[in-house]
Amino acid sequence: MTEFNLDAHIPDGPLAEKWDHHKFSVKLVNPSNRRKFRVIVVGSGLAGASAAATLGELGFEVTMITFHDTPRRAHSIAAQGGINAAKNYRNDGDSIYRLFYDTVKGGDFRSREANVHRLAQVSVNIIDQCVAQGVPFAREYGGLLDNRSFGGAQVSRTFYARGQTGQQLLLGAYQALLRQIHLGTVTLYRRTEMLDVVINDGRAVGVVTRDLITGDVVSHAGHAVVLATGGYGNVFYLSTNAKNSNASAIWRAHRRGALMANPCFTQIHPTCIPASDDFQSKLTLMSESLRNDGRIWVPREFGDQRSPDQIPEGERDYFLERRYPAFGNLVPRDVASRAAKREVDAERGVGPLKNGVYLDLSEAINRLGRDVIEERYGNLIQMYERITGEDPYRVPMRIYPAVHYAMGGLWVDYNLQTTVPGLYALGEANFSDHGANRLGASALMQGLADGYFVLPATIGDYLAPLLGTDPLPTNHQAFLDAEAEVSERVGALLGVNGSHSVDYFHRELGKVLWENCGMARSRETLEKALTEIPTLRDEFHKDVRVLGDGESLNQSLEKAGRVEDFLEFGELLCRDALHREESCGGHFRLEHQTEDGEALRDDEHFAYAAAWEYTGDNARPALHKEPLEFESVHLAQRSYK
Amino acid sequence: MKITLTVWRQSGPNARGGFETHHVDDVSPDMSFLELFDILNEALIADGKEPIAFDHDCREGICGSCSMMINGRAHGPERGTATCQLHMRKFQDGAHITVEPWRAAAFPIIKDLCVDRTAFDRIIEAGGYISAPTGSAPDGNLILVPKAVSDTAMDAAACIGCGACVAACPNGAAQLFTAAKVQHLNLLPQGQPERWERVVNMVTEMERWFGSCTLHGECEVACPKDISIDFIALMNRDFIKAQFKQRRLTGQHA
Ligand SMILES: Cc1cc2nc3c(=O)[nH]c(=O)nc-3n(C[C@H](O)[C@H](O)[C@H](O)COP(=O)(O)OP(=O)(O)OC[C@H]3O[C@@H](n4cnc5c(N)ncnc54)[C@H](O)[C@@H]3O)c2cc1C
Ligand code: FES
Repeated sequence: MTEFNLDAHIPDGPLAEKWDHHKFSVKLVNPSNRRKFRVIVVGSGLAGASAAATLGELGFEVTMITFHDTPRRAHSIAAQGGINAAKNYRNDGDSIYRLFYDTVKGGDFRSREANVHRLAQVSVNIIDQCVAQGVPFAREYGGLLDNRSFGGAQVSRTFYARGQTGQQLLLGAYQALLRQIHLGTVTLYRRTEMLDVVINDGRAVGVVTRDLITGDVVSHAGHAVVLATGGYGNVFYLSTNAKNSNASAIWRAHRRGALMANPCFTQIHPTCIPASDDFQSKLTLMSESLRNDGRIWVPREFGDQRSPDQIPEGERDYFLERRYPAFGNLVPRDVASRAAKREVDAERGVGPLKNGVYLDLSEAINRLGRDVIEERYGNLIQMYERITGEDPYRVPMRIYPAVHYAMGGLWVDYNLQTTVPGLYALGEANFSDHGANRLGASALMQGLADGYFVLPATIGDYLAPLLGTDPLPTNHQAFLDAEAEVSERVGALLGVNGSHSVDYFHRELGKVLWENCGMARSRETLEKALTEIPTLRDEFHKDVRVLGDGESLNQSLEKAGRVEDFLEFGELLCRDALHREESCGGHFRLEHQTEDGEALRDDEHFAYAAAWEYTGDNARPALHKEPLEFESVHLAQRSYK
Repeated sequence: MKITLTVWRQSGPNARGGFETHHVDDVSPDMSFLELFDILNEALIADGKEPIAFDHDCREGICGSCSMMINGRAHGPERGTATCQLHMRKFQDGAHITVEPWRAAAFPIIKDLCVDRTAFDRIIEAGGYISAPTGSAPDGNLILVPKAVSDTAMDAAACIGCGACVAACPNGAAQLFTAAKVQHLNLLPQGQPERWERVVNMVTEMERWFGSCTLHGECEVACPKDISIDFIALMNRDFIKAQFKQRRLTGQHA
């Protein structure tokens, strides 16, 4: 175990002034010197595209790597509901401080105050930036920007572009990125997967990639490496994430020395379409903006078989409104998810498999008219109808929680630098701002904050002293060794020739995790998972079947590498969940709950970020702790009643 | 349900391709079209045969990755629907379905059903953006955008860049894609300063890669986002105007 000084480099001074002070105190790179620095950005989602475009605009030489065929297809494209910003355009009492406060509280006091405050500060600049780029946000009749309220907030601070906010924001960042490609500051490598980070003398000096079409394994060298590779929700197999989202980039960085923080903080989203069968390949999210107008209920009677329209008002249980009168259907995601699970576990679930609860728009349709509802949610409703064959204008929708977002990720300091100098992590790939639970519409905000505003302001501090040095040549032994390891790994996966497909192992891993480390966890279930996962991993290495070769497009091979990493990462996730003897946010330990079933935190012992160090294959990871101090927001048990 | 699939297989960009037929039993009507391919691929792997390569990611009709020509129609029989959102309940039990990749000169085949759509990015690089470097923006509400304008821009911006319009076009033209991209920006007040150069540069780049439009209208029918060919008319109007505007002194944009 290495001695880590987990210094988050939080600037001194009053909370509201920290970011300004910090921007003033960090080193900068002179404009005419910027082109002498090469920065490698892996990932073209909101975080990566915005960072690469902005660094390019500033004059740095940027290498952009993505496994997608075009940057615009990154998983960020699928975000529906919206993006928060403390503009207070509604005059409803919002402020930077309130957004900060809501985020710290919503995260169940497991995030870093200084980071969250900065996030709330730059949120307003994000909206301005996106508008200037031509993002067609929803407008009022007077031409001003429209807002709505979104899960967990009592103010309307969410900006949106129909139900396609992520798409429009990503297109904005992508267009800025392509402008830089056109201008020659950014070089794009598409259908190229990063398979390792290269470290020399304790610093990140580049990455090794595999060309997914030709299979060529090559190195890219740079002065710094930025990972914006998204979240690890797909470790559960079934999730709302895009099929190709994976943890390999951050896992490989972790194996090379970057600490992994709070992996057990995974968010289960309350409003997804319930699975319909075993062949289900992914779960579809229904934006929780639907909770603004939809009322969630189940029949009062156990095992009620009647169709929903036959169940009179008095025999329906609007369980969120009943249990949380102040927030009602808008309680934070973790609270809403657990409440739904409780109803389904109590056999009040609805639908053919009894695995859902109703989300009913009928009252809103009567009050506002079908047109308004169609305007607000048209594309979501259409999506639902396609998948289920049911019409939400007539029958209430069925929803159930599903794995959605990873609050955990690579540990980063205030500069977004990991524990490896020169290696940065942005967006969902880092652990920074959401604590144990993320509020709706805050991931897009964080990804763009990191990419447009934070990294471009902090990376100079690392780069400036490197002026005059060239990136390490790619024929350096450090690169050659890493390339050899990658090729060997690819060869090994192709060489097993066992009897089960990659998907088989992924599904099995998903089942183990969902059953034992899903919405509710206990020592018993976690210990079970911790014996099952290593067994499954051994089986994978002996029995996986990857056909085809490594010299052409081979999607099974791509998946095999990702699942191999998930099989290691999943174990760490469970280990983290086992060590955290408290319930907070998305981490609910059955042993730690209040009498009425709410999460019970233990601030005395667990008010820290758990940062895990890799110590070798099959060796126990070492735990390091970053204590969290709350100077501005008082630690309190969350209450949404 | 029982389904028979005839699928295009091609091992690489320069390899000769051909059709292969497979039978899939136990298909559930609730299954998506890509899940049908998932099961077929699992069966192929179990048989020791290489699975069929196809692009996909979000599986909810937004990333634009999926791209199958189903019985000769881009994204299959249902209007306004990407392949990943198509469900088997739209087919008859016992149906025989032929699946091919996008066929267009500008989209070379990589393998099986995967094609290379990089040409679309080239069109964007040529001008499909508003030059607004990070940090330079004024307050969002200083730019008023009439709701109708914003809504129409959004109708265009909804394009997912899948390429169905090109695949459906007998000429392999990319007018609908390009028009959606041009008009998203050209309609907005923020897009005005670069309006005329944008349309000229993007159309010129488009013509380097794609065939010419003869207004067949197949593109609109194939578009999973129901993007209207009216945008093509708007783009053509801007293009013609731009020929004239370009000669004017700067500052006389509107
Ligand atoms: C269905 C859905 C709806 C959502 N809705 C909202 C919402 O309304 N509001 C909100 O705030 N948040 C929402 N979120 C969350 C939000 O979309 C994500 O957290 C966010 O977009 C993540 O952005 P990112 O840039 O960090 O990563 P991503 O968008 O996941 O991008 C990752 C990128 O990394 C690349 N990559 C990864 N690994 C490698 C590798 N090894 N080599 C090369 N490239 C690699 C990929 O190609 C991709 O380009 C939603 C999420 C989902 C699933
Ligand atoms: S897979 Fe994303 S649009 Fe079909």
